[in-house]
Amino acid sequence: MNRRRHRRLAAFKAVVYVVLGLFFLLPIAAMVEFATRGVGISSPRTLTAFTSIGSDPELVDAITASLELAVITSLGMLALLLPTMIWIRLRVPQMVRPVELVCLTPLTIPAIVLVVGFAPIYNWIEINVSDSILMLALAYLVLVLPYCYRALDAGLSAVDIRTLSEAARSLGASWATVMWRIIVPNMSSAVSNACLLCVAVVLGEFTVANLLNFENLQVAISILGTGNASVSIALAVVSLVFVFFFLLLLSFLGRALSRRRGGAARA
Amino acid sequence: MGALDARPIGASWGGSRSAAEVRLEGLRRVYGSTTALDGLDITIHAGELVALLGPSGCGKTTALRLVAGLEDADGGRVVIDGRDVTHLPTSRRDSGMVFQAYSLFPHMTARENVAFGLRMRKVGVAERRQRAGEMLELVGLSTQADRYAHQLSGGQQQRVALARALAIRPSVLLLDEPLSALDARVRSQLRDEIRRVQREVGITTLFVTHDQEEALAIADRVGVMRAGRLEQLGPPTSIYSQPATPFVAEFVGLTNRLAGVVTGGAVDVRGIRLPLIATDTPDGPAVALVRPEAVSLAPALDGFNGPLSGTVIAVSFLGAVSRLTIDLGDTTVLVQVPTAEAAAHPGGSRVRIALRLDPVLITREGAQGRG
Ligand SMILES: Nc1ncnc2c1ncn2[C@@H]1O[C@H](COP(=O)(O)OP(=O)(O)OP(=O)(O)O)[C@@H](O)[C@H]1O
Ligand SMILES: [Mg+2]
Repeated sequence: MNRRRHRRLAAFKAVVYVVLGLFFLLPIAAMVEFATRGVGISSPRTLTAFTSIGSDPELVDAITASLELAVITSLGMLALLLPTMIWIRLRVPQMVRPVELVCLTPLTIPAIVLVVGFAPIYNWIEINVSDSILMLALAYLVLVLPYCYRALDAGLSAVDIRTLSEAARSLGASWATVMWRIIVPNMSSAVSNACLLCVAVVLGEFTVANLLNFENLQVAISILGTGNASVSIALAVVSLVFVFFFLLLLSFLGRALSRRRGGAARA
Repeated sequence: MGALDARPIGASWGGSRSAAEVRLEGLRRVYGSTTALDGLDITIHAGELVALLGPSGCGKTTALRLVAGLEDADGGRVVIDGRDVTHLPTSRRDSGMVFQAYSLFPHMTARENVAFGLRMRKVGVAERRQRAGEMLELVGLSTQADRYAHQLSGGQQQRVALARALAIRPSVLLLDEPLSALDARVRSQLRDEIRRVQREVGITTLFVTHDQEEALAIADRVGVMRAGRLEQLGPPTSIYSQPATPFVAEFVGLTNRLAGVVTGGAVDVRGIRLPLIATDTPDGPAVALVRPEAVSLAPALDGFNGPLSGTVIAVSFLGAVSRLTIDLGDTTVLVQVPTAEAAAHPGGSRVRIALRLDPVLITREGAQGRG
């Protein structure tokens, strides 16, 4: 009885894996197939599309910019959200709901509408501050807010921050110490989850960058697509694979970190 | 455990610090429409353990949190060792605290937890390690020093919490129902352990509990609170046998309410004249508060039908003693007798009660004019 259920479950799992695998891998395989085609119908397969990625300086710029944006946005997000969320939970609990509401609103507003709001601000920033693409981090901070809020919120509610902070305070810790030495170490997996989501959003972002006339990774891919289809597809494949492994690495790091801390998340 | 008692504590405690007196003066704390503390005055002598006892919501936790500085006073003062600390932040109060909820930092080992307060005080690594080790030894956990909280039992976690609170050599130790999350056996064991450690280091201690047995067992003096005020403060024996108010009598231990009449400094209850704790009580009808163990039993003689005879309607076995409920016709009384004696009076049997001539407290509440 038990074994039969076990076997049925295993079969179900296998089917799910196969279907999902096909769903994700088939398009990628098709992309690889397309990107490696030669010029003529009978010409042999070639990797020129892939090798030319590294030689296009504009493309390299776009890739670097996207990576830098991912890092800046992650750091900015942590610097903004972590202290705020911890602080309001400890000191002004009646603000938890309003802040949550504010953080979740970007989710309900379409990117196009957001851009309408961003445009005049970016006009001003371009003239008065800088026209660097890294300024996009400000807009991205808004975009990632809901996802990161959720991730951090889950981590915060898993620890009894009130008792832990009171214990630390009575032992002589300052508020800053309570935050960075007591609370944050106990939500390291939530922090790494938030970063993960942040990186994923930033590396995949197209609409805002495009409409604000910045050339990030996704915009570069689409521009390339209008001129040289196979390089654009090759780049799409590379960026997919790259983001996949990057996220895998991040989540692995996050988990290793929380395991090293004696399974803090379990306690 | 006994082996620890003989060890001189000077080594682990530093010896330099003498115990501090802690005074709570007219403490007030108001939350919106509820007054949690309404002018609380307590003086805890140096090295003394005072247990705060009271029903749920009477303000015990609030009082403790005010002493710790985790809550701001709306009035009154907290004076530790002659110094007014009412407006000092928690981190500079110099108080060690043990919470009801498990509060060990989950990402640190037991030793790191204990050393945390020392790290905050910029004590060097070597000394930190040594002192943390000594503190863990004091609570009997040297062998578990490198475990994380989730690898320790509830009782062990609370011991580490105690060691952590003591490691900073605070001038006052504050415990908020530290045992209430534990099961009965561990609870009484750890209770005795806390008392031993407290005596050993001689620290002034405020222990909050709603468990009267715990309070009576552990404290030098017990403070009974009611609605944000102190009702009585005194040694456990006088709290129990000479309650100052009916509230204390009824909250601490079980009491029977027996109607009677006060005349000339004594009270007549069912034909028995009991002395009063407060002898200057004016005459008149009253209700005497009589402890169950001050009532004894004898088999009823045939046909005996006085005000002291009744029927056993319930027997509850409590181990060495048993508690019987006796129906006296117009009221019921609880009687506590040794279990061996209780066996002679099964449910339904007729009995005669006798009252021990201990001084009793009376209340006018619920008293009617009765012959
Ligand atoms: N943060 C708060 N906000 C509003 N009211 C509070 C707050 N903390 C305590 N109170 C109120 O203050 C009163 C005293 O609370 P306190 O926690 O001191 O009681 P307690 O004696 O410790 O009770 P218990 O035995 O249940 O722990 C209660 O009526 C409670 O509802
Ligand atoms: Mg309480």
